[in-house]
Amino acid sequence: MKYFCAKIVSAVAAVAVFGMAAGCSKSPSNSAPSAGGGGGTAAAGGEIIVGEFASLTGKEATFGQSSHKGTVLAIEEINAAGGVLGKKIVHKFDDNQSKAGESATVVKKLIARDGAIAILGEVASARSLEGADVCQKNKIPMISPSSTNPSVTEKGDYIFRMCFIDPFQGTVMAQFAKNTLKAKRVAVLTDVAQTYSVGLATYFKEKFTKDGGTIVAEGNFSSGDKDFKAQLTSLKSSNPEAIFLPCYYTEAALITRQARDLGFTVPTFGGDGWEAPELVTIGGKAMDNTYYSTHYSPESTDPAVVNFVKKFKARFENEVPDAMAALGYDSVYFLVDAIKRAGGTEEPKLRDALAATKDFAGVTGKTVMDANRNATKPAVIVKVVDGKFKYDSTIAP
Amino acid sequence: MSEFLQQLVNGISLGAIYALIALGYTMVYGVLRFINFAHSDVLMIGAFVGFYAAPYFPKDSFFGGIGVLIVAMIVCAIMGIVIERLAYRPLRKSSTLNVLITAIGVSLLLENGAQLLFSAKPRPFPQIFPSQALHFGNMVVSTNQIAVLVIAILLLGALQWIVLKTKMGTAMRALSFNPIAASLVGVNNDVVISFTFGLGSALAAAGGILYSLNYPSVDPYMGIMPGLKAFVAAVLGGIGNIPGAALGGLVLGVIETFVGGSERFSTWRDAIAFAILILILLVRPAGLLGKMQAEKV
Repeated sequence: MKYFCAKIVSAVAAVAVFGMAAGCSKSPSNSAPSAGGGGGTAAAGGEIIVGEFASLTGKEATFGQSSHKGTVLAIEEINAAGGVLGKKIVHKFDDNQSKAGESATVVKKLIARDGAIAILGEVASARSLEGADVCQKNKIPMISPSSTNPSVTEKGDYIFRMCFIDPFQGTVMAQFAKNTLKAKRVAVLTDVAQTYSVGLATYFKEKFTKDGGTIVAEGNFSSGDKDFKAQLTSLKSSNPEAIFLPCYYTEAALITRQARDLGFTVPTFGGDGWEAPELVTIGGKAMDNTYYSTHYSPESTDPAVVNFVKKFKARFENEVPDAMAALGYDSVYFLVDAIKRAGGTEEPKLRDALAATKDFAGVTGKTVMDANRNATKPAVIVKVVDGKFKYDSTIAP
Repeated sequence: MSEFLQQLVNGISLGAIYALIALGYTMVYGVLRFINFAHSDVLMIGAFVGFYAAPYFPKDSFFGGIGVLIVAMIVCAIMGIVIERLAYRPLRKSSTLNVLITAIGVSLLLENGAQLLFSAKPRPFPQIFPSQALHFGNMVVSTNQIAVLVIAILLLGALQWIVLKTKMGTAMRALSFNPIAASLVGVNNDVVISFTFGLGSALAAAGGILYSLNYPSVDPYMGIMPGLKAFVAAVLGGIGNIPGAALGGLVLGVIETFVGGSERFSTWRDAIAFAILILILLVRPAGLLGKMQAEKV
């Protein structure tokens, strides 16, 4: 702890907001607007350190990067407009390489070394779960922008999320299969190595069979598999009218492509894990007439969305923001909104303010935090047409 | 019945790729008595060379595809020779364990180097051969699957010819029996070993291209799984034995596909592949075709 204190003292900037350090070093008061630090960093107006752990490289890098860009844009906007409560937001982020086991280390570092007052992340549920353990133990609020598995926020009362959860998404896709695809016989192929996939498959099956549909065949695989012909051949023999693929984009594209190679032409559909340009670059023509549910569509005419798309394009070389970017962006404003209402970053005031959020208007729609700290908001169905993502419909909660 | 045949076709086309990769393991083992664990990463490099070379060749044409294949094979052959020269040759006099650990080091170097160079993002592998689905009743065979099989058989034949009929092949076999005696009768061991590595790496590149053709997504870690499976295939067939590697690859591919296609055990396919390895080592350590006096190389 001695080393710890020495380190803190040498970095006065961090002390201003480092609640945990209060025990070993008297920190300048949080509300002091111009507590000049001797440490030398730009701490003049006080800072709010926000940590982010993200899959910036590795398998889900497309998601991680998108979400990260949304986060960066929101923080830059807020700082340009004068910050929160007169303080600038300092964005500390780190990469977990989409690997299991890295997130816990990264989050520990963000909290202990960088002194983050809140943690943003992750896109994948399995990795959010890792980070959630650490955040809950340290009583630092964590906001997952886009992990949809219910177990993430069950980790404890400091864990929040910006997106809807898999039971809702599974229900939406079951309704969609029944009403739009008019399918009564559906096959499901699950990625058993991903919490997200297993959860989504379960909720889909529950709702679909309750509504009178039949799951005619089920297959399993593990993320990273490349050959799905074996499973597809056995699914094909049971003659389904559609295949539900509750997995991530790389596998979804490979599976659909191999299905077409096998002359298996029924529509495939999935959840928000599909949303990435790689879905069509890897899948090619095979992806035409496939569907997925997601959080937002950049084609929406809602002024908040139009404005966000414009700003995002200007900042990131004309890139069109996807749902992950929108959720990353919203998660920052969600946190800032709560900091304003709490009047600072002290715990548990900040946590309570986050939990009390009602009718927060973000670009992904009007969000209410429910009793389990999950966002309740509408879902969007997107159809792939000629290699492009087209808005299909919106399904309200 | 048609499902059974379809699975058999799937299995054979997967097995043919394993067989090609297994040949590289087996050749190096035959000559030098060590497992070149970097082989699976040479496969990955081959796939990336194909990925970057493809735009320079006519798309969707047979000769364009062959061109990409040859470029990847040449680049990887050179790389294999360089790896041998820099990493393995200085250790030739030391124990096999040292070389084995060096091989693992080279493997990690290639994986992480590739991640630095290409990033970990999976990329779509271009369709370099014209692709079509052929229907036989209920059964569908894609031209890619046929291409894999044909190319694998051709390369296997060429390899057998090199080993059995050419002077270099005779030298390789001589070296595998007794390196000292071979050098006494005028075989230049360094050249022969370089040639073996070049040949093995070229086969790995071909395996990488064919693998990506069927499973069109390439990333720096893509070689690990097929590499391990091919290693199992090589041991299954009898390591050091060329027809054995081919047989082992096919058997493993077919078993894996049938396990993957079963409703209950589909996620057990990798576990079963490695269980086979353990079983073979227990029951028949020399592998299916490996007899101690069998011709080695």
